[in-house]
Amino acid sequence: MADQEQFSDLAMEYMSALYTAALRMTRNPADAEDLVQETYLKAYRAFGSFEAGTNLKAWLYRILTNTYINTYRAKKRRPEIADVEDVEDLYLYHHLAGDPSAGLGRSAEDEALDRFTDTDVKAAIESLPDSFRIAVLLADVEGFSYKEIAEITDVPIGTVMSRIHRGRKALQKALVDVGRARGLVSVAEESR
Amino acid sequence: MGHQGDGEPGPVAGAGAPEPPAGFLSCDQTIERLYYYLDGELTEQRRIEITRHLDLCGPCVGAYGFEQELRRLVANRCQDHVPDALRDRVARALREESATAAD
Repeated sequence: MADQEQFSDLAMEYMSALYTAALRMTRNPADAEDLVQETYLKAYRAFGSFEAGTNLKAWLYRILTNTYINTYRAKKRRPEIADVEDVEDLYLYHHLAGDPSAGLGRSAEDEALDRFTDTDVKAAIESLPDSFRIAVLLADVEGFSYKEIAEITDVPIGTVMSRIHRGRKALQKALVDVGRARGLVSVAEESR
Repeated sequence: MGHQGDGEPGPVAGAGAPEPPAGFLSCDQTIERLYYYLDGELTEQRRIEITRHLDLCGPCVGAYGFEQELRRLVANRCQDHVPDALRDRVARALREESATAAD
């Protein structure tokens, strides 16, 4: 049995990452705090079954994700659809681009990206349906591999890849919508 | 994997990029695999093919750089500060839990 006393030393450093994920999942601070506390309690109780030397961060995310799905998601009942049929590859890049033959290096499109604020990006992520949002969070915010995400969310790797793919497209579409509302993509829109 | 649609060279090439020599990926094939490349989830052989294409193709490098920046943006703009009250709450809950377990 792993030593319960070690738990705090090892697990506390992940609280910031877990809280960020919890906020994006629940979309509100009070639920996010409850979710993080519940995750730590469950992890503490189950720490005996944690295999020392394996990925503690992934293990904590697995508990967080399962707790979110079982406890909080039931309340919302959002449909799990990411309508991205009309979203081609490089969707955001093309919409931010003024002149496709413009120069190389740090381009106008890259500069335009900087104008998206924290609030814009968080709102875009939070607009995604649950399973797509979780996949994108784990891949792009936390940097987990496909295999780790498959283990955390308990689905086959092919499903993970499809969710990440569709989730990223939906995210780009949401960023274009945010950008349009803020006047960041209007020029490229007119030229298309 | 063959050419798609009308066989135009690439989604961002625009100015009539030349056909790739045999053994080289087209722009379409490169863009299709760009995310797997960024994710570090390609085999060594595939990774080399993409790198070789990016070394020679300005428009695809532009797209690659953008997607890389976007990834960084999503990660950086999504950080939140943990409230001190939450740290205290979790520490207290764990202490209570261990006291209960010790009984």
